[in-house]
Order: sequence, then structure tokens, then C-alpha cells
Amino acid sequence: MCLAIPARVIAINQANDMATVALGEVKKEISIALVDNVSIDDYVLIHVGYALNKISPEEAQRTLVLFAQAGLKDES
Amino acid sequence: MNKKRFPVRLNIRNNVIDMTHGSGGRAMAQLIEELFVKHLDNDLLRQANDQAAFNVPGGRMVISTDGHVISPLFFPGGDIGSLSVHGTINDVAMSGARALYLSAGFILEEGFPLSELEKIVVSMADASRNSGVPVVTGDTKVVEKGKGDGIFITTSGVGMVPEGVQISGDQARPGDTILISGTIGDHGVAIMSSRENLEFETSIKSDSAAVHTLVADMVTAVPGIHCLRDPTRGGLATTLNELAQQSSVGMILNENRIPVNPSVTAACELLGLDPLYVANEGKLVCICAPQHSQTLLAIMQAHPLGRNAAVIGEVTDDPNGLVQMQTRFGGSRIVDWLSGEQLPRIC
Amino acid sequence: MKYIDEFRRRDLAQQISSAIKKTADPEKHYHLMEFCGGHTHAIFRYGVQKLIPDNVSYIHGPGCPVCVLPVGRIDNALQLVNEYDVTLCTYGDLMRVPASGLNSLLRAKARGADIRMVYSAMDALNIARENPAKEVIFFAIGFETTTPPTALIIKQAQAEQIKNFTVFCNHVLTPPAMHSILGEPENSGQDRIIIDGFLGPSHVSTIIGSRPYEVFAEQFYKPIVIAGFEPLDVMQASLMLILQINEGRHEVENEYTRAVSRNGNQKAQALVAEVLELRSEFEWRGLGMVPESALKIRFEYAEFDAEKRFNIPPVQASDVKGCECPQILRGVKKPTDCQLFGTVCTPENPMGACMVSSEGACAAYWTYGRLSQ
Repeated sequence: MCLAIPARVIAINQANDMATVALGEVKKEISIALVDNVSIDDYVLIHVGYALNKISPEEAQRTLVLFAQAGLKDES
Repeated sequence: MNKKRFPVRLNIRNNVIDMTHGSGGRAMAQLIEELFVKHLDNDLLRQANDQAAFNVPGGRMVISTDGHVISPLFFPGGDIGSLSVHGTINDVAMSGARALYLSAGFILEEGFPLSELEKIVVSMADASRNSGVPVVTGDTKVVEKGKGDGIFITTSGVGMVPEGVQISGDQARPGDTILISGTIGDHGVAIMSSRENLEFETSIKSDSAAVHTLVADMVTAVPGIHCLRDPTRGGLATTLNELAQQSSVGMILNENRIPVNPSVTAACELLGLDPLYVANEGKLVCICAPQHSQTLLAIMQAHPLGRNAAVIGEVTDDPNGLVQMQTRFGGSRIVDWLSGEQLPRIC
Repeated sequence: MKYIDEFRRRDLAQQISSAIKKTADPEKHYHLMEFCGGHTHAIFRYGVQKLIPDNVSYIHGPGCPVCVLPVGRIDNALQLVNEYDVTLCTYGDLMRVPASGLNSLLRAKARGADIRMVYSAMDALNIARENPAKEVIFFAIGFETTTPPTALIIKQAQAEQIKNFTVFCNHVLTPPAMHSILGEPENSGQDRIIIDGFLGPSHVSTIIGSRPYEVFAEQFYKPIVIAGFEPLDVMQASLMLILQINEGRHEVENEYTRAVSRNGNQKAQALVAEVLELRSEFEWRGLGMVPESALKIRFEYAEFDAEKRFNIPPVQASDVKGCECPQILRGVKKPTDCQLFGTVCTPENPMGACMVSSEGACAAYWTYGRLSQ
């Protein structure tokens, strides 16, 4: 449940806790009231018009590496 | 017509439709002359009869009709006017026929601004002229305020089917190739981006276009095409299910091959929609015998409206009549009929 | 699309698929419950089942807030629009859910009720602000992911002193539902299900963190792997569960590290705690009464509580006879086990919520999976 999509922050309006995010060239205004320390170029998870959390680029990369290694280790 | 039949010109900038415009009297006559005929201008229309009479070459005729109730009336890439012209030309073209003439019926709501009406009629005139299919007869009615959404347009079209062409939804056969003429989902997303409460910004335009010249090229090269259909409401998925049902066959699609504009993909992700079910207004699905598929693909790609044409699947012998798809991911799923209206989801 | 496309790569899918085939013990059968409706949707939409061996099956859990909403609460919403002059705002998912007498919000709207579909909770508040003469009610549903926005708009309504806005609160909690599924059946009539492990919800966990699941893993000896939303996440998490089951471990692992931490989004949690509090019990479709599993609006914000401003009597509504939604929601039966599936109950004519919501096991199965391998 909870359809949430990662999108890139391209503009921030601190005054009213809103930001513009882009998914490809599609842009949308969303609320960042639930997340602290959002910066331009951060990726956030969007759900019903609100950012829920930031995506960690390092963890994303680590996860992809794990996928690529799946099954390559010797299982005991 | 140089005689000044109406002492005062129609004040298009400031006035609105009122009940007299539909009553059959002078006000209606003036509206027709100074707005409809002025822009849609052609010999038959200027004769000002209640009907248009014309000769046709002998053979098989086709007639089609479409009601247009779209909201918003104006959207990126078109409006209700151009849509109504393209839509009916396309419906006629899906039989392999060339559309000859169109009729247009207007239901106008009391209070609808004349300036908006003129924009729409000009748009229709442009679409009509560019397609080479004139609007030769029409009708106007006015309903009370609150009983119409501004304007409804119904267009009908007639055409002639070339010799040797037997295109119909029940002609698909196992082994046939399925082609699409271009990217899917553009029109629906363009409409949604103009709806107030969804509010997302995108450069996507409706693909509304008349595809009759594309069809003409295809039919000339391969008169034995089995099926043609334009995937409008309900999208590609609905059209394929209709054809599968009519022909009592199954289908297998390859998701990787289905062309989708990346912006449409992104907008659909954002809203939780599946592009397979989103409307198109300038595309066609073609089903043909496998030996013709490469020829048709080349013909389509050579036409401005078919640049992104692709082979997307094949017809199978399936007693269940299911449309299946090999997913991009490597799995497989069923592509079913649309249930109800596609609504943006939270989950 | 970054962070989306990479997690749908076909080559990696093949990789993980081989790994699963190698790792799954051919003598065992692995029953993995995906709690979350979004995972059900992903499994079917991408055809994940085809890429995993036959001895690994997914059991579709109740993580679909539309599916678990008792019919009585929709009846309440319909009562509100019929008895009072109100504007009811709702998420799209709820529009077609059947209420009693085969009514629905969509049908009520067709008959003239002022029911508006909103994409965001913010939209509901905007409607209230723009129409001060109308009473606006927001029909709030959802698990912990969707709850913080509701808390936010209630706070905002208070800050702006908006007088014509209330919320009909139906937010529910994930851990108590998991407990209810894992725990002993209350009535001997209920079937036990075998679940060997859980795929934990993606975005609920973004908010609540991975910590709340630790007690289940310990108490019930079941492994839980929090999985991301994309099909590769689902497959990787499945592999991790299979490994745990093979090794006799029962831990909470996190596959969705790019968005989920152990403590979750504490700002959002604090906000929710400020505005909402636990109900002593709440009826869940399929699970019956579950203690401390849902939220209501706190006394300090009572003026925004629709249940205080309007008379909303509890409605005891029952499912259509023959509808197996309750059993399907708990993973005890499959859609094909229900007599109504595909005969009387179809997406066009849904009898129960499992068919209406595209997250529901029956709808997902119908749309994507009828050709079962």
C-alpha cells in the first residue's frame, strides 16, 4: 500500500514548507513539512502530495550492489 | 455573401449564447452565418440547406458518429473542436476508408461565451482544412444554463472503402502481428495535467491528429490488413481486449516494445496510473498477417504520424481470449479490460 | 527515472531469480506473506511469480486500508452526506468500495451528493478554506504512511481557525494487525494459516522504522524482511527470508535501507502523537475487533473530529453472503477459493473490498494473475 515515488527536489519554499519536485520533466508542488533538512537535488519519497523521507544515495547504491551479487556468494 | 443581412454584426468579444440562438430565428441564422459558416466555409455549407447532397463513386460506404463532451474544453495540444474533427475522421479511417465529408451538431449552453465558441470553431476549421475533409452540414441547439457543460459537439463522417479492403475487428487470426503507430498515453496525461485538482506541470501535449493519410498509405501497400482501431477511451489495453473478443483470439504483448514517452511514464508513476489504460487520440493499432508486418512498419515509420511505430506483439490461439504481456522485468501478466474509471490511487 | 528504473532491471531480476532457485530447499515449501497491498500489486504487475520456484508462494495479507475498512464506516460516510449538507472529500481508492445495499460513494455522487475525490489531504483543507459556507469532511483512511498528512492538516486547520472542517478518522496501525494474524485465533472456527516469514511494508516502515517489528520476530519466531516497493526489492527480500528460514533465524532485516531506518521518521511520528491517539479497539474487515489498532483525534483537537460534530452511530454491517474477503484478507483462502470470484464478483461488479481496491488480492489476481502458472 502507500504508493510512494522517489522524486528530485528542484526548488524549495521554506516559508510555507513546500517544494517543487521533478520526476523526469514532470513537476509537482509538494509539502516537505514532514522532513527536515531538505536540499535542492535531494531525492524524497512522495506520497499523497507529501515528502515522507529522503532517499539515501549511498544505501541505494549498496542495495543495487547486493542485487548484483545475489547468488554469487557460496551458500553453505 | 456580400449583402448585409444583419444590421449589427455579432459581438463575439463580449456576448454569450442565449436562448434565441437556438430558436431558429434571425439570431440563430446570424450565429450560423457569422460564426460557423464564416470559418468552416465550403461550397456545400454555403448552400445553407438543412442537408448536403453530393455524388459518390460506386462502392462501399462507411459512416461513423462520435459525441464529444470533453472537459476541460481547451488542453495542451488541442480542444474539443479539433478533437471532434480528428476523432470522426479517424473512426471512418479505421475501416480503411477515406473520409469524404463531416457533419457537426452543436449543443450550446446558455451563457457560453461567443469568444470561446469562435476559438473552437476556428480550431475545427483548421483541423478540417488541414485534413482535407470539409464540414458540409450542421445543426445548433441551445439548452438552458446548467443543462450543458458549455458545449457538446457531435460529428459524423462518411467515407468510401477502397476495393479489396475488408478491415474489421473480427479479422484477427492466430499468428498475426500487432503494431502500434506511436507512443501511448499522451492524450490522457495532457488532459489530466489541465485538471485543477491534480496540478502537475508537464510539457506533454495531446496527440490529437487525423490519421487518415497514414491509413491510406498503409492500405495502399497492404490492402489485406486485418484490423485497424484507434485506442481512445480506455487506452491500448481496452482496444486490444475488444479486438481479442471480437475475433475470439488471444494476444501476447512484449512490454519492452510498447513505445511510451518518458514524461508520460513519469506522470503515470506519480498518479498511480497504467499508461496501457490511458486514452490516445492520434494513434492506431494494426493487426496484419505476419508476412506483411515489416512492410507496414516501414510505411508507418515513413509517415509523420507513425515515426515511433512498433511491433508490439502477436495474436495467439487462446480459447480464453486473454491478452497477456511479457513484462519488461521478465515476468508475465494479464492485461485485462479497464474496470470503471481509472482513478489516481494512494495505494 | 532515478531510484525507480534501476530497481526494475531485468538482468538483475534474472540474477536474483537464480539465487532464489539455488537457495530454496526443494524439500521445503516457503509461505511468505506480503503484508502490504502495494507489494501484492508489484508481484502481479511485474509477474514476479514467474521468476520464483513453485515451492515459494506469496500469501496476500491485509495491508490494504481500503480492504480492511469495515463496511459500516462507509455506511457512516454515506449517512453523513445524506443527512447533513456537507462536502465529503475522499481519496480515489474509496469511491467504488461497496457499502451496505450495494451503495458506494460513487453511486451517491451520481445521485447528487457532494462527494469530491482528492489526491492529497491538503486538497480537502483547501476546499474548506475556499468554501467557508459549506461543512467539509475529510474521510481519512490509511496506515501509518498516510496518517502524518492528516495530522498536519488538522494542526493547520487549528492554526488558521477554520470553522467548517472536520476529519472522519479511520487510520489504522500495522503492527497490531500483524499481531492479530500471527496470534491464536479467537474462535475455534477460524483457520490457522502457515506463514513462514513476512515481507514488511515499505512506506509504513519509512515512518515507523524497523524497530516495531522486532517484538514479533522474537515473540513469534518469524523472520521479517522490510522490502522496498520495486519488484527487485520484493525478490531480494524474498531471498533474504528464504535464507533466514533455512538458517532457522528469526530476525528483522531491512532490504529497503535507502528509505527505512531503525527509528523511522521521528518528526512525523511526533506530529501524529500530538494530534491523534489510540482507540481501545477497532473493527477490521476480516480480522474482527483488534485492540489498540486504530487512531482517533485527541481531545485538544476535538473541534476537527467529525465523530464529535456529527452524530455517527456505529453501524454493524455484514459482508455479502458467500463473500470470502475476511478469509482472503487473512491469507487463509485464495481468491479462487471464493465462490463469488469471477461469477458474481468481478471488477465491474465488486461484492467486497478485495475486488474493488486494485491492491486487494482479488482485484490484483483478476487483473494480472488469472492465468496462474
